[in-house]
Amino acid sequence: MDLNTILQLLDSSLRLATPLLFACLAGLFSERAGIFDIGLEGKMLAAAFFSAAAAAVSGSAWVGLAAGCTASLLLAALHGVASITFRGNQLISGVAINFLAVGLTVLIGQNWFKLGGRTPPLQGDARFQNIDLPLASTIESVPILGPLYSEVLSGHSILVYVGLLSVLGSWYVLFRTRFGLRLRAVGENPGAVDTAGVSVVGLRYSAVLICGMLCGLAGTYLATGLSAGFVKDMSAGRGFIALAALIFAKWRPWSALGACLLFGLLEALGNRFQTFELAGVTMPTQLMQALPYILTVVILAGFVGKAIPPRAGGEPYVKER
Amino acid sequence: MNKMPKWADVALIPAINLLLALAVSALVIAYIGENPVQAMKIMIKGAVGSAYGWGYTLYYATNFIFTGLAVAVAFHARLFNIGGEGQAMLGGLGVALVCLALPWPHWTLALPAAVVGGALFGAAWAAIPAYLQAKRGSHIVITTIMFNFIASALLVYLLNNVLKVPGSMAPETPRFIEGARLPTAYDFGAWLGFTRSAPLNVAFFVALACCVGVWFLIWRTRLGYEIRAFGQSEPAAVYAGIQPVKITVIAMLISGGLAGLMGVNAVQGEAERLIIDSVQGAGFVGIAVALMGRSHPVGVLIAAVLFGALYQGGAELEFEIPAISREMIVVIQALVILFTGALDNMVRAPVARLFSGFGKGAA
Repeated sequence: MDLNTILQLLDSSLRLATPLLFACLAGLFSERAGIFDIGLEGKMLAAAFFSAAAAAVSGSAWVGLAAGCTASLLLAALHGVASITFRGNQLISGVAINFLAVGLTVLIGQNWFKLGGRTPPLQGDARFQNIDLPLASTIESVPILGPLYSEVLSGHSILVYVGLLSVLGSWYVLFRTRFGLRLRAVGENPGAVDTAGVSVVGLRYSAVLICGMLCGLAGTYLATGLSAGFVKDMSAGRGFIALAALIFAKWRPWSALGACLLFGLLEALGNRFQTFELAGVTMPTQLMQALPYILTVVILAGFVGKAIPPRAGGEPYVKER
Repeated sequence: MNKMPKWADVALIPAINLLLALAVSALVIAYIGENPVQAMKIMIKGAVGSAYGWGYTLYYATNFIFTGLAVAVAFHARLFNIGGEGQAMLGGLGVALVCLALPWPHWTLALPAAVVGGALFGAAWAAIPAYLQAKRGSHIVITTIMFNFIASALLVYLLNNVLKVPGSMAPETPRFIEGARLPTAYDFGAWLGFTRSAPLNVAFFVALACCVGVWFLIWRTRLGYEIRAFGQSEPAAVYAGIQPVKITVIAMLISGGLAGLMGVNAVQGEAERLIIDSVQGAGFVGIAVALMGRSHPVGVLIAAVLFGALYQGGAELEFEIPAISREMIVVIQALVILFTGALDNMVRAPVARLFSGFGKGAA
């Protein structure tokens, strides 16, 4: 593998990691507040469809972004109503949301555009264009760092950089603000938060809505950045890989970035090499595709450090009477 | 909370949930610009209006009975087995291997062997998540989801590289021999009007037997009692000398085995070879079926037939009104899961209040 190939691989890793990163951070907020969310996939898919549809009609990627986030927020609110207000089973609610998104996106897509569930292909300003970071061409000639900066880090759509900044933002909000402290507390011991006079319901709703917002960004990037339009089932299990990355990262923002980049690299490798030789043995491409899931099971099994989820995760909070 | 009569719990609330789901589905159909009443008529007529329709409805129902029972058994132990999809895929693999392994002289020999093969492979695929949940506390929902993806990657690999007919492009096994072919509804029910096209086959009776078996297991055996006790309250079960590890693993093995049996119907009965997507989401429908059926075999049976009718009716609907694509079924399914599973308390609380109001009025 020459340097050029490696640079291209890293470049596409970063691009493929971005939707995972948004979804992973989305799950981070929700689960840290004690709300399990296996509906990341569905919210992403809904956002992908509505962003592509709005961008196709309006011709503006920003309008697409707004529509995608709105769709995702609505599903997040539904998850909140089911799991916080009505104290339903959070896992079942997530399953329902995933199916709802799969069905509705194709059904409405067919109704609006008559293209078999697709949206029209997006062109020009309907997509987020790649932007060059400042000085990218100036320092290109610097050995190693130059190409890394100009080839790998520069030249992505703005959402990639928003994703990277979201890691910093999530870390700051969760670990350096009062809101973050309370949010984490509500995922560990909601009773204590309630005793302190802080609204458990309010905190959990805000966490779920932040989750919806981030899933909206993930889906929008998928349809208007990574691809040029919506196709049926385009999230392709990314919501679940993000969930895997979240466990892999043990519910921490910076590790989430690492996990998403790793899974992005795996996907990039799988896309580029149909077969992969390792120590003389040919690895089938299916193994590469399954690797994130296998790694997650290994991590969950506690053989490589223990992944301990937030303590009150999945349990509806019932105030004592 | 005040007690409400049992019939309200097992019949009234699921009925209200279902009506709510159908009402929202009707709104979706109306939004698309079609007439919901007419759509409903086409669906009912297509699903149960002819022997042709029944042949498909009961075929789909057979799949959903297996996956629904699988989810239901796990629910009794308060385990959420979301991995029915992967377990059914592996079950299909087990069934295919059995059918391809020997020159079966007659289906009466091939069927029991395929049942064992499907159940074993399905159970094996549930075994690792079960063990990890029981011994290491790894959340079974996440591990079974992961195993669904691993199963599908494994199956794609096997069908493309190992089991494929040499020289063929299609990723599928050779067709099973005549001796492994299960009698279809035409063979045993031609007098009822079933035609050759009906995919319904004797696996339906295996599914009915499984309903009886699960009922017997859960309510008439010591193991079933232990599973229910464990599901109701783990500390109480442990206090009574029930071993959590054993119950978790056994409940999941039974659950995986039942999901694996779906292969007998879909792989041996219908496709007569192993194809990439033999499960087609039936593992997930099982969740809706178990929720609607309140995890009781009779409820699962009714809900499975209902979903079978939904699938067949949906196919007819797409044929008659192309504007309503097959995804409408997925939407209805999602709404059923949402209203019966996640939003159950929304209906339950007002109904319970209503009944306690009546109770006071009488007293």
